[in-house]
Amino acid sequence: MTEIVVIARLVPDLVEELEIAPSGKALDRSWLRLIINEFDNHAIEQAIIIKERSGAKVTVISPDAEGVEDMLYSSAAKGADRLIKLTGLDEEKKPTNKSLAQSLAGLIKEINPDLILTGVQANDDLTGDLGPQVADLLDMPYVGYISGVSLEGSTAKALKEYPGGLLAEMEISLPAALGIQASEEPPRYVAISKVRQMMSTANIEEISAGELDTEGEFTIERMYLPEAAEKAEMLEGSEEEIAAQLTSVLEDLGLL
Amino acid sequence: MTQDIYVVIEHIQGKVSDISYIMTAAAKDLAQHEGGEVVGILLGSNVSHLKDNLALDRVILGEHPDLKDFSSDAWKRTLLAVFAEYSPRAVFFGNTTIGSDLSSSIAAHQDCPIINHCIKISDQGLVTSQICGGKIMTDSQLSEKTTLISMIPGGYKPEEGQGGPPRDVVEFPVPDLSDLKVKVAQYIEPDTSDVDISQEKVLVAVGRGIQTEDNIELAQELADLLGGTLCASRPVIDQGWLPTSRLVGKSGKSVKPDLYLSLGISGATEHLEGITGSKTIVAVNSDPDAPIFDVAKYGIEVDLFDLIDPLLEKIEAAKGG
Amino acid sequence: MASNAISNQLPFTKEFKESLFLIPEGENIQTCLQCASCSGVCPFGFAMDYPPGRMIAWMRAGILEEMLQSDSVWMCVSCFACTEICPKEIPITQALMTRAKEEVLLAGNVPAELQSALEFSQQYGNPLGESSRKRAAWTEELDFEVSIVRKDKRPYEFLWFVGDYASYHPRVKKVTQTVARLFHMLGIDFGIMGPDENSDGDSQRLAGERGLFEMLAEKNAKILGRCEFNEIVTTDPHAYNAFKNEYPRLGFEYPVRHYTEVLLDHLDELTPKLKDIGPIRVAYHDPCYLGRVNKIYEAPRQLLQAIPGIELVEMAHNRSTSLCCGGGGGGMWLDGFRWEKAESRLSEWRIREAVTVGADVLAVACPYEPPRFEDATKTVPGAENIQVKDIAELIFAAIEN
Repeated sequence: MTEIVVIARLVPDLVEELEIAPSGKALDRSWLRLIINEFDNHAIEQAIIIKERSGAKVTVISPDAEGVEDMLYSSAAKGADRLIKLTGLDEEKKPTNKSLAQSLAGLIKEINPDLILTGVQANDDLTGDLGPQVADLLDMPYVGYISGVSLEGSTAKALKEYPGGLLAEMEISLPAALGIQASEEPPRYVAISKVRQMMSTANIEEISAGELDTEGEFTIERMYLPEAAEKAEMLEGSEEEIAAQLTSVLEDLGLL
Repeated sequence: MTQDIYVVIEHIQGKVSDISYIMTAAAKDLAQHEGGEVVGILLGSNVSHLKDNLALDRVILGEHPDLKDFSSDAWKRTLLAVFAEYSPRAVFFGNTTIGSDLSSSIAAHQDCPIINHCIKISDQGLVTSQICGGKIMTDSQLSEKTTLISMIPGGYKPEEGQGGPPRDVVEFPVPDLSDLKVKVAQYIEPDTSDVDISQEKVLVAVGRGIQTEDNIELAQELADLLGGTLCASRPVIDQGWLPTSRLVGKSGKSVKPDLYLSLGISGATEHLEGITGSKTIVAVNSDPDAPIFDVAKYGIEVDLFDLIDPLLEKIEAAKGG
Repeated sequence: MASNAISNQLPFTKEFKESLFLIPEGENIQTCLQCASCSGVCPFGFAMDYPPGRMIAWMRAGILEEMLQSDSVWMCVSCFACTEICPKEIPITQALMTRAKEEVLLAGNVPAELQSALEFSQQYGNPLGESSRKRAAWTEELDFEVSIVRKDKRPYEFLWFVGDYASYHPRVKKVTQTVARLFHMLGIDFGIMGPDENSDGDSQRLAGERGLFEMLAEKNAKILGRCEFNEIVTTDPHAYNAFKNEYPRLGFEYPVRHYTEVLLDHLDELTPKLKDIGPIRVAYHDPCYLGRVNKIYEAPRQLLQAIPGIELVEMAHNRSTSLCCGGGGGGMWLDGFRWEKAESRLSEWRIREAVTVGADVLAVACPYEPPRFEDATKTVPGAENIQVKDIAELIFAAIEN
């Protein structure tokens, strides 16, 4: 049976305001609202699509965070077979991706998957992208910006997106790790009743992440909110007035 | 370790990518603080002419038939050999379809740090990064070790990295590339039957805020009236409401119209990097904090559906008169 | 008689049918006469592959499986018109249509716009995807403080359940602020839940997401259980319906009133303050969940009639036959889908009725309505000058005048 591991994480929800911690060098995590990394959501969907198409056992692994159980149960409701929560993380400080990758690599080695899928990036990854680091530590090839995967024997055929709409059909020897940009179909909806059912039937395994480095190998001198100095000139007034102002801007540009 | 700053040059289909010039500009800034030279690493097959227009001091040229297409395996093996030989102070990679397959993977392999999402080298020689969709900035110091830097566009203009040709070209012996684990089977060209938005002078762009497929027609009406073309950010394309050829941003096209009128696009970094070449950006969004307002010349903070009708009327009137 | 026809049922049809019997009056479905009144009165019946009457017929024939593949059930606006007219008192909306949506949703057959509203409701507690922390932001523009019950702990006369659109939608927010000003002016003691308030969940339930409704109801009940108040008041008929009819089924019982009823209690104080704003012709639109479902027809009309200068006129569809604005049953999140299917909007139909009776103002009493009807006035010929106003806005205008 094909084994697929998906690494799925929660990231800061950008709908909410972000705050800097008193140290001035990190995000204030007590204020953070978390949400599933959209690319990881696509990675889960892609894994389930492969499972439905050609059979696979799908394991979703997530570092512990507020809301992670809901995300894992919802993956189970979509069709994930095994759920693992990486525990023992510092609630105040985000680990470096290198130390997280080391911890994940140790765990994933035991599962011995044919394929690792994860989101191509996460919005708060200052210390590099996670997928390629895990892949290297497991001596697997890594290809990112993938928008479709199928497995053929010991090869993954994957579509890699280039700027300008160019696609490359890649052949990647398994085992391999892929960074998902978009699943073949948009992530499906799963009814809360199914998620709730999973809460009573599915099991989340808790595995300790071990000691993780939160300091990093380079020093963050300062974390801050961007200056809003060069903001756009805002057109104000009623919709009618704004429409009139914009029309004269367009006229000035010689467009009408 | 040397004090030299390296740049992994990216090129697609025989053309140097803008990010390579941008990285060269950043590397020049960083080299001033670190006291080294700016060295380009150019990998490919028959690509030596691509170095000529880059403001580099030196170039390390690795040519091999198996480097012709971008295989992360082949490029990684070659780059590891280059770094073993030269020991750079810092290395710039693009935060792109190419560079992102390499930078973090090489950092893990070499056990050296990587600073992601660099947009600028600060006046103090710090690496300024933009994370959380542009809502957070960080200034970081290079580590004692060789530091890898993954670069996003926005902080430099490509022209700032133009120059050359480089003083020195060193041909690098490419290591064994047999049994590659990553290969390109074929390229699938974008559907060219559609318009090429990178060449259009007027673009009306729609994002998540357009809400429904039905509303695309409204935006189309506006585009028609302006003699322009409709394009979109990722969510709209993912829904299949417009073809992929209309995607603007990281995995889509970079555009350079005279007018970029964005409707309901908040302006994620991935999108913004595709529009920096626009002459005039007008942004309509109901969220006053939307990052698109940071790059737009004119901003309009209203519900776009309230604006479109009066706007269509006013434009029609102006054209009629 | 009906049961004779169901012999060779496929598994889904059988289970589905039996599940309907668990809903109050659900067994009435067996007495369906196939009179087709339900399909005829349905405002979107023409665009459905499976209007309610036909669904019952196909269920009897044991061939309802195909419904799971069809998306026509998403045309249902849960407006209760079918239920109201059914001579056999079959709970068509509550049982048949809502259960059908649940099954279609479970089968993964969900239009993208609806999916995103449901996901937002899960993540943020509102279908708009707005920050829950900003739920009370509408109070910032008022020149008095609005108490948030968990911060300002004391017994309140009214717990005002504000609702999603009333909290966040720029147009509807203005109505909410007006209601707050009226309450403040009348010395009505109220507090709001603020960031702790979650969507009432009723429209999500009627869009087939019962689990989500229960989750949201539990979150609200948890907070409400810690607050002291006499009654809930709301401007939102959907929230009203949830508290009146649905939360009690989950064991959460609170007395609830619509703001029009509460204002009517204060009519004696209001009347001397109201100045002439006429002459204007005002047509009142009965919101489905205030009127047809919960039988509150007169309080809004009495308030309107108390305003000097208003001539109240009735449109063709009024009171129990009122026409849905198109926002119910998840309709707020299916506009694009429905336009593609039907190429018509219920809100425009309604506005045409307002034009026919020569109304200057269409008065409403539900947060879904101002933006929907205002949009429609822009496209319906002759409706350019019709204003859409919440009853509270008309009262306030009469006080200010």
